[in-house]
Amino acid sequence: MGVLTFKGGIHPDDKKIYTKDKPIVEMSASKEMVYPMSQHIGAPCEPIVNVGDTVCVGQKIADSSAFVSAPIHSTVSGTVTKIEKRRHPNGQMVNSVIIENDDLYTLSPDIYRRDGFENLSKEEKLAIIREAGLVGLGGAGFPTHIKLNPSGKIDCVIINAAECEPYLTSDYRVMMETAFMVVEGLRFIMNIVECDKGYIAIENNKMEAIKKMKEASSKYDNIDVVTLKTKYPQGSEKHLIYAVTKREVPSGKLPADVGVVVQNVDSACAVYNAAIFRQPVLSRVVTVSGGAIDSPCNFRVKLGTSFTDVIENAGGFIGNVKKIVMGGPMMGIAQQDTDTPVIKTTSAILAFDESEIYKKEKSPCLRCGKCVNSCPMNLVPLTLAESALNEDFSKCLKYNILDCIECGICSYVCPSERSCTQAIKIGKQKINALKKKQGGK
Amino acid sequence: MDKNLIVSYAPHTRTKENTRSVMLDVIIALMPALIVGTYYFGFRAAFITLISAASCMAFETIWNMIIKKENTAGDLSSAVTGILLAFCLPPQIPVWMVIIGDAFAIIVVKCFFGGIGQNIVNPALCARAFMMASWPVEMTYFTMGTDATSGATALALYKNGTGSFPPFFDLFLGNQLGCIGEGAALFLLIGGIYLIARKVITATIPLTYILTVGICGFIFSPHGFFHGDFLFSIVTGGVMLGGIFMATDYTTSPVTKKGQFIYALLAGFITVIIRTYGSYPEGVTYAILLANIATPLIDKFVIPKKFGYVKEGK
Repeated sequence: MGVLTFKGGIHPDDKKIYTKDKPIVEMSASKEMVYPMSQHIGAPCEPIVNVGDTVCVGQKIADSSAFVSAPIHSTVSGTVTKIEKRRHPNGQMVNSVIIENDDLYTLSPDIYRRDGFENLSKEEKLAIIREAGLVGLGGAGFPTHIKLNPSGKIDCVIINAAECEPYLTSDYRVMMETAFMVVEGLRFIMNIVECDKGYIAIENNKMEAIKKMKEASSKYDNIDVVTLKTKYPQGSEKHLIYAVTKREVPSGKLPADVGVVVQNVDSACAVYNAAIFRQPVLSRVVTVSGGAIDSPCNFRVKLGTSFTDVIENAGGFIGNVKKIVMGGPMMGIAQQDTDTPVIKTTSAILAFDESEIYKKEKSPCLRCGKCVNSCPMNLVPLTLAESALNEDFSKCLKYNILDCIECGICSYVCPSERSCTQAIKIGKQKINALKKKQGGK
Repeated sequence: MDKNLIVSYAPHTRTKENTRSVMLDVIIALMPALIVGTYYFGFRAAFITLISAASCMAFETIWNMIIKKENTAGDLSSAVTGILLAFCLPPQIPVWMVIIGDAFAIIVVKCFFGGIGQNIVNPALCARAFMMASWPVEMTYFTMGTDATSGATALALYKNGTGSFPPFFDLFLGNQLGCIGEGAALFLLIGGIYLIARKVITATIPLTYILTVGICGFIFSPHGFFHGDFLFSIVTGGVMLGGIFMATDYTTSPVTKKGQFIYALLAGFITVIIRTYGSYPEGVTYAILLANIATPLIDKFVIPKKFGYVKEGK
């Protein structure tokens, strides 16, 4: 098979060189661990522990009765000291459980090896996935137990190892160091959704990982490692599916509607841990990089650890820090301080200095059409942004605003430095709010 | 740590490209044709071009001062307008006419409509049309070299069917009577390839436009249907300059591929109709201006098929 891709997209400088060869280092946890009740798409959890309770590693501390949600576990042992609103990496104040770490790491008695996961019933398997608090670790945070329980027939599972955002190398390092876990995790996922074909899709700027994954999966005929063209946003679910299977996910539909389930690399490892060791999501690999970080690296960080501690472990800041971002530079969320904790969807912590941020010199739109040519959804961003700013919502809908995946390309390519993505994003929020209001009447 | 972290929406990184760098690329792409124009028409060609670019920038500065707006002349888009206007003027045009043309282009066509990105027609072309209407004699007085022999352009000869016109290679290399920067087809093409390579423009408009003019030129010729000359049609007059540099003007051309195709097709067709059946031997200017006006309409009706599009009712 040749190099697979989709139409549109951009080729930003990948900047992976800073951390690509930095092995994953286990990082010790903070003294005070913070667990926001919302680390996923869906209903926030309610704490099921009280202030003063003693907890151990892997103990469930919050859950929800809502269908679209995922429980949260303690990643250290210690005492619950507070339950209060704390700053979430998304900028909002979110109810959080605060645990004082006793540095003993007493393991929950519920975590021990399990054999024969494959032979359980589908309901039992999905319950295990749900109880482990698994969500898409790529960044979106969609609960895994829902994704793995589609209504239709699934004929292939794709491991999303595109990692198309610049700077990020966490998935790459996971593949380099624990390739077998990714493959076994994929096999468990294939087992759960009862399908017989698995793909591991990797961009061609990570040839070593392709080699590693080919070796690790060579004994399974039904798993193929496929090479993708290095292009942003190759890791967008819909575009990944198109590249690998040539199927277009219809507007407003889910990957499962075309018979595909997509899972992130680290998620596959988490499925493996849940299946074999009954281990919930306790930690994740975080790339710490950017020009204002002294020694960029990859850490395995226990969820709840503060950004401050992570950055300090990477040697702290150098130069003048201008912006701190959780996630990649194209879709990540800018932080107002570093007091926020690492959550399930923290794929990276990036700190940018003066040279890496753009100066705001917004000038009028030239109608150059670069955003139109690069839009992976084949939309007309300049018209969408203009109509969104004018609050002309019917025109927004006519131009398919709700299909926008907010990949950031239209802002990235704009020679007039206009913030198209931002305008469209806000337009979408307003339209969705309006729809909700009308629906509620 | 700086306590004033910037908090903004994604993306947090952008290309280095800006309006100025794009316009600079266009200026660079126009240079080969200017050099050739200067070679054939003398130093005056370069002089007119320089005057035109400078006065366009000056008019934009003056306008911004009058309306108390930040000066935008630094983005070089007015310089591009100036060069393009000069390129479609005869080398012996009086300087004061050039300056009035520049004023019309920048103040009336561009700034009255709201400045960069807002004008409805291409400023350089519109100014040329204005000058054609104002000074028809001076605008069609074509000379060549230092001895300043004047005569009719190849297109005029072709249309009237009198006399012999220069061989193809002279036309292709720019050795023909005409405007400062219109003749050198080869060198305009080199500029066009540079712009496409630098991703300033895509090939859709130039390719569609030039091919349409060639094909329509073959079909609708002054010498009867299907008796035209494909190559002659595309290397004479302003086809290369118009197709590569004028019709691709961002503001006045459609933004979608399909829209651009329709637009270029329209412009190419009108060009030939004016050439063959109109009273002028050349039709590029009016054809592109008419296509410019059709742009909002084209953009209104051409909405690209989104990724994951499904037919209604499926």
